[in-house]
Amino acid sequence: MAKKLDKVEVVTVGVGWTGGIIAAELAKAGYQVLGLERGKETSLDDYNQIKDELKYNPRNEMMNDLSDATLTFRNNFDTEALPIRDNGNLRIGKDTGGGGSHWAAQYHRYFPYDYEIYSKTVERYGKDKIPEGMTIQDWGITYDEIEPYYDKFEKMAGISGEEDPFGPQRSNPYPTPPMKDVPITKMFKKAAKNLGYHPLTLASATLSESYENPDGQRINACQYCAFCYSHGCQFGAKSDPIITVIPTAQETNNFELRTNANVTRILYEDGKAKGVLYTDTRTGEEFEQPADVVVMTSYTFNNVRLLLLSEIGTPYNPKTGEGVIGKNFCDHHVADGASNAVGFFNEKKFNLYMGAGGLGAIFYDLAADNFDHSDVDFIHGGVARITQGGSGAISHNPVPKGTPTWGREFKEKSLFYANRMLNVNFMFAVMPYRDNYLDLDPNYTDRSGDPLIRVTFDFKDQEHNLLKYGRDVCADVMKEMGADIIEPSEDVDHISGSFIFQHSSGGAIMGSSPETSAVNNYSQMWDVDNLFVVGASAFPHFSSANPTGTVGAMAYRAAEGIEEFLKNGGGQLVEAKDAKANT
Amino acid sequence: MVDDKDKNKNVDANQEEDSGRRKFLKNAGVFTGGVVGAGFLGGVIGHNWWDDSDSATETKTSPDFSEARIFFNRREDFNVLSWATERIFPEDDNGPGAILLGVPYFIDKQLAGSWGKNADDYMLGPFKDGEQTQGFQSPLNRGEIFIQGIREINKVSNKKFKASFPELEEDQQNEVLMMFENGEVDLKNVSSTRFFGLLRQATLEGAYADPLYGGNRNMDGWRMKEFPGAQSAYINEIEEEEFIKMDPISLSDYNK
Repeated sequence: MAKKLDKVEVVTVGVGWTGGIIAAELAKAGYQVLGLERGKETSLDDYNQIKDELKYNPRNEMMNDLSDATLTFRNNFDTEALPIRDNGNLRIGKDTGGGGSHWAAQYHRYFPYDYEIYSKTVERYGKDKIPEGMTIQDWGITYDEIEPYYDKFEKMAGISGEEDPFGPQRSNPYPTPPMKDVPITKMFKKAAKNLGYHPLTLASATLSESYENPDGQRINACQYCAFCYSHGCQFGAKSDPIITVIPTAQETNNFELRTNANVTRILYEDGKAKGVLYTDTRTGEEFEQPADVVVMTSYTFNNVRLLLLSEIGTPYNPKTGEGVIGKNFCDHHVADGASNAVGFFNEKKFNLYMGAGGLGAIFYDLAADNFDHSDVDFIHGGVARITQGGSGAISHNPVPKGTPTWGREFKEKSLFYANRMLNVNFMFAVMPYRDNYLDLDPNYTDRSGDPLIRVTFDFKDQEHNLLKYGRDVCADVMKEMGADIIEPSEDVDHISGSFIFQHSSGGAIMGSSPETSAVNNYSQMWDVDNLFVVGASAFPHFSSANPTGTVGAMAYRAAEGIEEFLKNGGGQLVEAKDAKANT
Repeated sequence: MVDDKDKNKNVDANQEEDSGRRKFLKNAGVFTGGVVGAGFLGGVIGHNWWDDSDSATETKTSPDFSEARIFFNRREDFNVLSWATERIFPEDDNGPGAILLGVPYFIDKQLAGSWGKNADDYMLGPFKDGEQTQGFQSPLNRGEIFIQGIREINKVSNKKFKASFPELEEDQQNEVLMMFENGEVDLKNVSSTRFFGLLRQATLEGAYADPLYGGNRNMDGWRMKEFPGAQSAYINEIEEEEFIKMDPISLSDYNK
């Protein structure tokens, strides 16, 4: 029997970026917030042995332990889903800070086109441009409406960047100037310009200079030390919930962080969330935590799994297209299924062992609807970029195709090319389809017997076409950069169940109607007024670039909505619209 | 034209083809496929590969107490493992191979720990063979896969060449390993390709991980790769056009 605890005003399930933002904003406003975190509490002191590639990369120190629960995966209905067993193939942040601690800190806003993708596509190209089975829909919010929340996130995180001629309109410049230009970003920019593109320095949350945010938290200047992606920042120079929003919440004395607390159910009765049920991961004890407002701030898979396990909302049915929980799952697959071109330079060496997760150059000319798609066999597009994240000695063994993967020749060439291989990558948008979705697995469970989340996902023609288009662009840029050997990526028949970049979305999507979406544009459940589901689980499709900026913006907007909800004593914050209008 | 700027002078130590150290090892049979005991493999190690002095080859000032086996109970298993890693990452003109880098001891320690036991992986059944895209589904942990694979390497060697794996010539050893890589050997509950993939991965990890794990001895893996290890920061060098060679440092430098 679960022990019943005293009620709190707000409980968050997970304390990463979204949980941290909700906690900080509501605690500042005087509400009592409890953050339940499955992992342990982390601080900068935990990062002082961070320059250890084995521990943090192949051994995934900052990623979820899968021994209790994972996801199951299949490409289509006709296959039985099997569990992803190796924790190297499902990398999700595990302690306080979550993915916001180990991220590469590359920063993007999504485009006006993203928010009204259905309407704008139909308006410009007609309905026939959208292939059968593609379930794009408007997000129930416009770019102009969400812009102030991007601004808020950027000021909190101190984002470093420069104005983009192709970028969406900004109300303010970036809080800090862009990162340094380095030899490879200069080469990339020159080559891209020669080809008629408009490159710029990649915006980043590894900061170009020391910055104090509006909450009084200090983020230091990036030291380009290379132990960045998959690692926490020892210098406190990468925006991370544990040095920003979590301490901001804690300083109010209105926030309690409770770690080792694994939430197993949202308690739901008479159309209301009553609180959550959680287990202490150390002792196995069960607790019932009542709350006025429950905020799901876990990762995409867990947000959706807990809704399904708690029987909240109508599960999506891919056969009929009805229901919403689990709908429009997308994964920004950048492991296999990458669109890129690598270049080997026989006469030039680069300091590739140096770098920062957010150090790079990019162009947006081919993203969203920034060019006319009348004559191409896809919608949306991608961003071409080069990054210098700092090549680890273990993970970086580049050899040209045809080289053996071990033995004398491999050793010789991998040593020779270790500092002579560059990669131009095209990150492209991934569209939702009727038969790409999430549900509960019928066969596999966690240790307590609860079903795992099941992922049914594959690329469709749109993604294959975009992959090929992008890699040709990358190869052109690489040629212009002067590489001696250029190898464009190869397409794959089917996407693997390797989720290594924490770029998964959908399953509890945002929209303007309860018939077609799970949450309104404050991330409030249509069906349950006091339940908010925040994060990339709300994206109706995955845009071309990294998700954190948009996740952060949505979290700030959700925080505002929760405050209004608490002030008003409940109710829906948004009036539902007719489902037919924008899907 | 490559412009190497030497930041630290002591990087380009003697890299001549036949240093005294290598002669010693060759004479001792380490690189010619002679039968080598694990005690010997442990005993030859301890100095910079590029150190050409006699003392480097013949005396050993402070014993490394961490060089003993935890996971591999059987000496023969460890010898087979050692030679398999050496074939994957052989000694050459660039510098030491897996054995001199301590890779076999690295792998022994890794298999004895949580990685070898798949402690962070989902290991609940049922186990079924799936599609390629569904990842590995073996009920065996990495330690069990290594033991089975290593013993099978020896069996295949004996069958094909009438000698144990450590006794084979380099080409023969490569031929055996290629059979595993290509999935031509039957193992129980795991493919030989998966076993070989793990072996390859662990070998590279042992060559390039921080020396605190027992491989990458003397940071020589990093030196070969011109990787400077756990340097504090590069903010003063990141904009340099020329390649910068630095003497590596390890995490032990942060614990003094």
